[in-house]
Amino acid sequence: MNKDFLAGARGALPILIGVIPFATITGVAAVSVGLTFFETMGMSVIVFAGASQLAVFQLMSVGSPWIIMVLTAWVINLRFTMYSAALAPYLQKLSAWQKAPLAYMLSDQAFGISLSHFTVTKEEVSHRWYYFGTALTIWIAWQISAVIGALLGALVPASWGFDFAFPLSFMALMFAALRDRPTVVAALAGGIIAVLAKGLPYNTGLVLAIFLGISAGYLAESLKTPQGAAQ
Amino acid sequence: MNASSTWLLFLVIGMGTFILRYLFIYLFGKIEMPNWLRRVLRFVPAAALAALVFPALTHPTGHLDFSLNNFRLLAGLSGAIVAWKTRNVLLTILVGLMLLWILNAAFGV
Repeated sequence: MNKDFLAGARGALPILIGVIPFATITGVAAVSVGLTFFETMGMSVIVFAGASQLAVFQLMSVGSPWIIMVLTAWVINLRFTMYSAALAPYLQKLSAWQKAPLAYMLSDQAFGISLSHFTVTKEEVSHRWYYFGTALTIWIAWQISAVIGALLGALVPASWGFDFAFPLSFMALMFAALRDRPTVVAALAGGIIAVLAKGLPYNTGLVLAIFLGISAGYLAESLKTPQGAAQ
Repeated sequence: MNASSTWLLFLVIGMGTFILRYLFIYLFGKIEMPNWLRRVLRFVPAAALAALVFPALTHPTGHLDFSLNNFRLLAGLSGAIVAWKTRNVLLTILVGLMLLWILNAAFGV
């Protein structure tokens, strides 16, 4: 087997400590909002993006309309465009058909590990194999853990209030996303506006709050950066 | 939600998510991501996750509740400290859920 593929797979192993419990929780959560085992695994394979899946479950549990679930999931997954743009130079020699499965497997962790590896090695061919090894390892670990979670989920009684695991998991992910003052401004604005706009019909306040939070962060950064230096 | 609309929901979310993942890998050399977009996208995770977290703590039963009887707010704030100090998803969930159960068992009606 290709040595760079194996190196990528090995590179992914340490991060599985984080991937496995998160995927397991996602599986448990899916069953807790009433999805069947088959639906849980269908979503896990089709969407393969934990934070957006958990957001959909939270919205399902409060009976949000379809369009709000879709928009929220897409907005949360917008970050993939950043990863996609950063990875693109390393995958450019592949055909569109070869790029598609590699793009499908893109995850926060595969991106992080691969890109930090790419900065230490210059061999062009090895990059895509390394990424493939990393991304596939994470994908397989994610799906196996989701199966285990979906099976465990059937054993968790509703009275345990497991739905509270949604905001708690978002909390941990949110703190990881707070990198500087403008990102803190974005979070505070998004959170406070979501509270104030909670009463709006069909949960539209959520989408409104996300967009205003992003705008607030962008504005905070623009004010901080001198006009001439902003590129 | 019935079974077929559930699957349709997954497909729509999944196709959109695939496009987000594929777009700039596919477009490389054709179109560069504009700089303003790069700067905007940086704020998406913080804003989106906060907008999901805050109301879940302040509106546990659908209306605003800042009282000490709002156990989800109390447990959530404790979870926030764990999240802030550790950034660990599993630990945050465990501490938050345990605290909610303890509060419910001790003071719940």
